[in-house]
Amino acid sequence: MDSRPRAVLAFLRNTWRGLTAMRTALSLLFLLALAAMPGALLPQRSLNAPKVDQYIADHGWWGRLLGQLGFFDVYASVWFSAIYVLLFVSLIGCLLPRTVEYARQARAKPVLTPRRLERMPHHARSTVDTGVADVLAGARQRLRGWRLVEREEADGARSISAERGFLRETGNLVFHFALLGLLVSFAIGKMYSYEGQVIVQADGSEFCNSGVYNFDSFKPGLRVDGTDLDQFCVKVKDFHGSYLPNGQAKDYLAPIEYQSGDDLGTGTWRPYDLRVNDPLRTAGDRVYLLGHGYTPKFTVKYPDGQTRVGATQWKPDDPITLLSEGATKFDRPGVTDPEQQRKSQLAVAGLFAPSGVSPNGVLTSNFPELRAPEVAVDVYQGDLGLDSGRGQSIFTIDQSMVAKGALTKVKRQQLKVGEHIDLPDGTVITFDGVGQWVSLEVAHDPTQTYVLGFAVLIILGLGTSLAIKRRRLWVRATPTGDGDPSGRTVVEVGGLARTDQAGYGEEFTSLSRELLLAARGGRES
Amino acid sequence: MPVNTNLATFSDWAYTSAAAVYILAMIFYLVEQAFGRVTKRAQARELVTAGGGDTVLDEPQAPSGPVERDRPERFGRMAVALTVLGVLLHVGSLVLRGLAAGRVPWGNMYEYGALFCLVAVVTWLVMLRKFPVRRLGAFVLVPVVILMLIGGMGLYTDAAPVQPALQSYWLVIHVSVISAASGMLLVPGVVSLLFMVRAANEANPGRFARLAPRLPAADVLDRLAYRTTVFAFPLYTFGLICGAIWAESAWGRFWGWDPKETTAFVAWVIYAAYLHARATAGWRGTRAAVVNVLGFATMVFNLFFVNLVTTGLHSYAGVG
Repeated sequence: MDSRPRAVLAFLRNTWRGLTAMRTALSLLFLLALAAMPGALLPQRSLNAPKVDQYIADHGWWGRLLGQLGFFDVYASVWFSAIYVLLFVSLIGCLLPRTVEYARQARAKPVLTPRRLERMPHHARSTVDTGVADVLAGARQRLRGWRLVEREEADGARSISAERGFLRETGNLVFHFALLGLLVSFAIGKMYSYEGQVIVQADGSEFCNSGVYNFDSFKPGLRVDGTDLDQFCVKVKDFHGSYLPNGQAKDYLAPIEYQSGDDLGTGTWRPYDLRVNDPLRTAGDRVYLLGHGYTPKFTVKYPDGQTRVGATQWKPDDPITLLSEGATKFDRPGVTDPEQQRKSQLAVAGLFAPSGVSPNGVLTSNFPELRAPEVAVDVYQGDLGLDSGRGQSIFTIDQSMVAKGALTKVKRQQLKVGEHIDLPDGTVITFDGVGQWVSLEVAHDPTQTYVLGFAVLIILGLGTSLAIKRRRLWVRATPTGDGDPSGRTVVEVGGLARTDQAGYGEEFTSLSRELLLAARGGRES
Repeated sequence: MPVNTNLATFSDWAYTSAAAVYILAMIFYLVEQAFGRVTKRAQARELVTAGGGDTVLDEPQAPSGPVERDRPERFGRMAVALTVLGVLLHVGSLVLRGLAAGRVPWGNMYEYGALFCLVAVVTWLVMLRKFPVRRLGAFVLVPVVILMLIGGMGLYTDAAPVQPALQSYWLVIHVSVISAASGMLLVPGVVSLLFMVRAANEANPGRFARLAPRLPAADVLDRLAYRTTVFAFPLYTFGLICGAIWAESAWGRFWGWDPKETTAFVAWVIYAAYLHARATAGWRGTRAAVVNVLGFATMVFNLFFVNLVTTGLHSYAGVG
């Protein structure tokens, strides 16, 4: 009747034993290393989603299979999680009994002196002319800092058991518990963290962390719904980039002003110099300067005399020369009929070069700074497809509208600042100048301080547990006992390294030498 | 700060000379390795337990008596002297590079490789004082020389300031610590490989019959590998944590599974496995040595493949 529960119990017990065995932990460690590797070799959705799509497109069924198996989201995949959860269960199973044992040993006395010290890995022996008591007093003196216990033995012999390096196990436990703590705070951090990116014009434009809709992209943790973000606002005053003669960036600086907390109520703005390695930390969030680019400004003067100004950020294509591409889109003013309005849209799309040169008629840039700003653009008129219901990039026009004939290219021209394009219908487009934009990242992670704290404990624990050796040392002083009245004593020293032997030999040699010399010196004094 | 091209040129000369001196030292080590006496198992054991055993008061000294060195041994000693000379030139090259560029000399892959090799050789010299393994010098210098040649020929970059993302005091701490730890780990990697050869030979004298008897005893090699790893591993951990702290202030998160971070994590896990393997029955010896070699292979993979082939936030190789 009761054989079934017993069988279940036995199964559970064996599973637990198997899981917490060192061999299992070792296998899990290898599995963890193996499972983490694809994340470095294959594109990852969390880092670069377009690259993943490209990879899947390039590799057909193989790419799709990898995708279904979670190889493009390795660190969120079931198998990766399974491995580290098992590893940590195994770790806990290993740590619990060790902690109990540790607490027991903390109070225990050093073990009895073995009968035959010469069988110890380290051993030394000498006969001296001092008495047993003097030998032991000398040994006690020398073994200060060791945990000692002195025992009477048969035949008038006395011995000292000494032990040292208890901190090794302390360090070891601290290390492993800190590892657990780090994982837990990392996991909690992932639940409550968020990061969002936004492009802000560096002309005094403002960004407020008041809601998800203010961001261009937003990655929330599992427990973040986008409401209740930390409140603060940032105003980007300007952007300065300085470069080496070869175009390599030397320094980026975005002077900003921000307000958070009480300042939001009083309208106080505080200045801050935002730099690449120097995020703004305010209201529990961090604001980073991620990148920058240019915003060409165009004025469209319609035949009826109305004007529209457009300033949209263009996207740098070349990270060194900042040759950028983009599209600035316009609605015609003064048209009330929605159908008419939709069909009379206009876009200026093409390339922007901060330092423009056209070696063979094609515009390119030879420096990232604004030395000779120039654009090479196509002007499109017609329906941009903004109301088509499909999302479209702000950096390009929807080519399918061109293919459909709804949008027509009316002119292609290269412009320097101040120059203009005259369209056949009398519209004039002027290239007015160039602004700059910065892309900012707002990041929130409530547990990262805890993670750091555990990381420090990891280092301390690891250093302690690897630097300190647990070792035992015994000294036995036996009267020669052959009726010799002069009180000669046989001194024996034995040593045993509890954990790793490496290095104990040297220490034992010098220690035993000193102990035996001290015993001899006792006679002389 | 402008780059001082004179100093940069001197630095390049010192680098080339260091590599040349290492090659010469390597040849000398090889002479000792090839023509020196065969290490017997028993004799080696004695060296290991020096100070243990039944010592009374006089610990066994190195064979005393008239110092009569045979010729191969003289070559070995010259090789060590040459290695020291190489290290001095190597240090000079890095210092000059730093002065030329007006920053710490580990801002691109060429400089990183140079520092990595320097630490490897210095670690070797330090271990040489503790273990009787001089004739292994050639095996340690082979990868060092190869890395230096790859660095000098394939990855060379002119001295220049670094990009804004690297302008942080963490560059001084994180990169130097990681580079030092990786350089140190080269030594146990090589030694573990030799351990596998020697252990195979001790189990079956027919295997590697020519090479293995001239290697130090297996347990000396094992201990040397372990002690170096045990020193380098916490340092490496510290370097990773410094990297995470820097990533938090430069990239917006302390850990993001960037290819370099991932591979560094994998290497960390493998070395952790090595330390556990050495304490697990059935895993000591050859298996643990395989794990150590695997760990170093991951470090090298991380240095080359991840820097040059994949694209990630750590793409600072300056090659291209």
